[in-house]
Amino acid sequence: MSFHDFWDVLVLGAVLGSLYAVIAIGYTLVYGVLQLLNFAHSEVFMVGGFGGVIALTIFVPAADPSGLQSIGYVALGILFGAVLGGTVAFFLEKVAYRPLRRRGAPRLVFLITAIGASFFLYNLVGKLFGRNPMPMPSMYENKTVVTIFGSTISVTQALILGSAVVMLVAVDYVVNRTKLGSGIRAVAQDPEVASLMGVNIDKVVSRTFVLGGLMGGVAGFLFGTTNQVFYTMGFLPGITAFAAAVLGGIGNVRGAMLGGLTLGVVEAFTVEVWGDAWRYVGAFAVLVLVLMFRPTGILGERVARTA
Amino acid sequence: MTTTETARDVSAAARLRKTSWYQEPRWQRLAALIGVAVVGAQVTGVEGNNRDIFYALKENFTSTGFAVWLAVCVGIWVVREFAQAPVGSAWQSVKESVKAPAGEVQAVWRKQFWLRVGILSGVLVFLIVLPLLVSRHWQQVLVDQIAIYVLLAIGLNVVVGWAGMLDLGFIAFFAIGAYSAAFWTGSLPVDPPMVLNNFAVIPIAVITCLVAGVLLGAPTLRLRGDYLAIVTLGFHEIVYLGAKNWQSFTGGTSGARVERFSIDLGFWSYSWGLDPRPYYWLLLGFIIVLIVLFIRLEHSRVGRAWTAIREDEVAAASNGVDTVRFKLLAFAIGASTSGIAGVIYASKLAYINSEAFIVLFSILVLSYVIFGGMGSLPGVLIGTAVLVWLPEALRDSVPAQDRYMYLGALLVIMMIYRPQGLWPSRRRQRELHMAEEGTGGADALGGTAGGKQV
Repeated sequence: MSFHDFWDVLVLGAVLGSLYAVIAIGYTLVYGVLQLLNFAHSEVFMVGGFGGVIALTIFVPAADPSGLQSIGYVALGILFGAVLGGTVAFFLEKVAYRPLRRRGAPRLVFLITAIGASFFLYNLVGKLFGRNPMPMPSMYENKTVVTIFGSTISVTQALILGSAVVMLVAVDYVVNRTKLGSGIRAVAQDPEVASLMGVNIDKVVSRTFVLGGLMGGVAGFLFGTTNQVFYTMGFLPGITAFAAAVLGGIGNVRGAMLGGLTLGVVEAFTVEVWGDAWRYVGAFAVLVLVLMFRPTGILGERVARTA
Repeated sequence: MTTTETARDVSAAARLRKTSWYQEPRWQRLAALIGVAVVGAQVTGVEGNNRDIFYALKENFTSTGFAVWLAVCVGIWVVREFAQAPVGSAWQSVKESVKAPAGEVQAVWRKQFWLRVGILSGVLVFLIVLPLLVSRHWQQVLVDQIAIYVLLAIGLNVVVGWAGMLDLGFIAFFAIGAYSAAFWTGSLPVDPPMVLNNFAVIPIAVITCLVAGVLLGAPTLRLRGDYLAIVTLGFHEIVYLGAKNWQSFTGGTSGARVERFSIDLGFWSYSWGLDPRPYYWLLLGFIIVLIVLFIRLEHSRVGRAWTAIREDEVAAASNGVDTVRFKLLAFAIGASTSGIAGVIYASKLAYINSEAFIVLFSILVLSYVIFGGMGSLPGVLIGTAVLVWLPEALRDSVPAQDRYMYLGALLVIMMIYRPQGLWPSRRRQRELHMAEEGTGGADALGGTAGGKQV
């Protein structure tokens, strides 16, 4: 592999990895406040992809869009993805998890509900919108933006990297600097004491889900611009993003970012060396290795300690 | 404090206490039921398509189905809000009148040993003659689906029901069993060291699955138990991708032909052919042997260790129960049961390809176990039989793909309203109840999920 190829693959990996980082934050935030694997987060991501398709079906992009129009279409896609993702995450928490939380149900029950909800959601979307993959309508001319060390970065790649960075910075700010963020960290540290201190746990949990859902939805739309949108598209990126969250230290927001980037690069090199069929095997191998040798992840666990 | 300040404080407190009309539980319940109607109309509505993605939504909101859902949901609301007293008391009296005779029947059932033996052998005889009474189509369903899934479900019950762990990669071991059968009978593109009879493959498949289960479980189970769920899910995907893409070994999606069962004892030989019935009796034999084994296991030291781990892992460990070892044991036992089912499945169909081992099927088996009642063998048997039979019976009226959606909804609804299942095991039911009171555990996944409001 020449240096040029290496660089190309690295760019691919970084683009992919920034998406995984955004999804992984959804897992890690929910894990932080509830100690719960939210399996259905992958469906939030999938719904975000459909949000983009729906937006661009309502507002059909012009054949040869001007720069301003292109920005408008992308903004619409992001908006629809975020709103749909956030809505699904909100109702997911309200319908599936809150009754269990009220009862203090055992974890096994939570996990089964999560997997059931995930199953229900993606099959419902498949039924409603058709089960064949749909391409995202083209919103802009996908030309090269910039060339670094001879490897090109296209508009799509720049879009994904840029939005991911903005979202990651924003979520880091929200978790560490805002009132909601201190609520999230308080609940992650000790829900009982937090509620004694006047934190409304239900509200914090609900907003945590929505925060994760917004980002998952946008990630779904962005993922849809490089791949196709289909009803089972959440599953494998979901598992990879979860692996990323564990790799970085589950419950740790910055860890999820680092883990996501790492796994994206690992995946890009797996594809380069062994071929596309083995795409997701690398991430899984990393997950098992991390669990064996450093189960608390690279940066250690818990949301509460990041600040 | 002056009077004006006090008055202002009171009004501020009153403002905080005041709820708008839409915050009243009554209207919230109405909104929730209308939401149920909206989602329900989508669930039972028409199939969408890719050409016009709004087609299904448009149809579903203007169809009579939506009106029916809305009417039913609003009806439920009206009855609950305005006629709760009479309906509630009627329901209570029905419950009371059923309770006494049901209790008597239960008492007789527990006391009379010979009655139990009689009824159980009656059921057994019925199960043996069952394939003679039904059509060829249902014979196939009995073997290919009901019996295989029952075998899988009693295996998964050991993991989920007794050891209290979540295994989402159960079908991966089924695949390993099936490909072992294909490999050792010389049916794969790769030649085995020696060609074996299908029955001789069973112990090999069991050992392969045990080893795979231990390799996968050992690093995971040492940690938080809930990681096992996602690791098994990932493992399943890897096994599936391997089966699909490693064409030179597994035959991929185009599949491989497998030898059928045969016995040759020298003086007597028999080969299983196209007739499903002999497979049924073979499977029934396996199921009965495994049930007897598992019942013995449940009431042995191992079973008690599982119970102890479920109810309080720390206490179990401090009393000398090697928690990781017993959890691993349950996981491996489940895996090898799945392997046995895989061998039988491959030998029955005489053909396997990678598409028989998709992740969907793991979730299917899980929902069968949950529906019947985790930890309860009769529950699991009946739950599986009912849930496999039902979609088959409704084949013409419900699209096949929708099955999975209903099962997902079923899992959520069961967990919210009846986590102990249709026919609960008494112990499991009590544990779930105890866990909710905060006085015990019901799984081997560590503490309860956070955010509980006290």
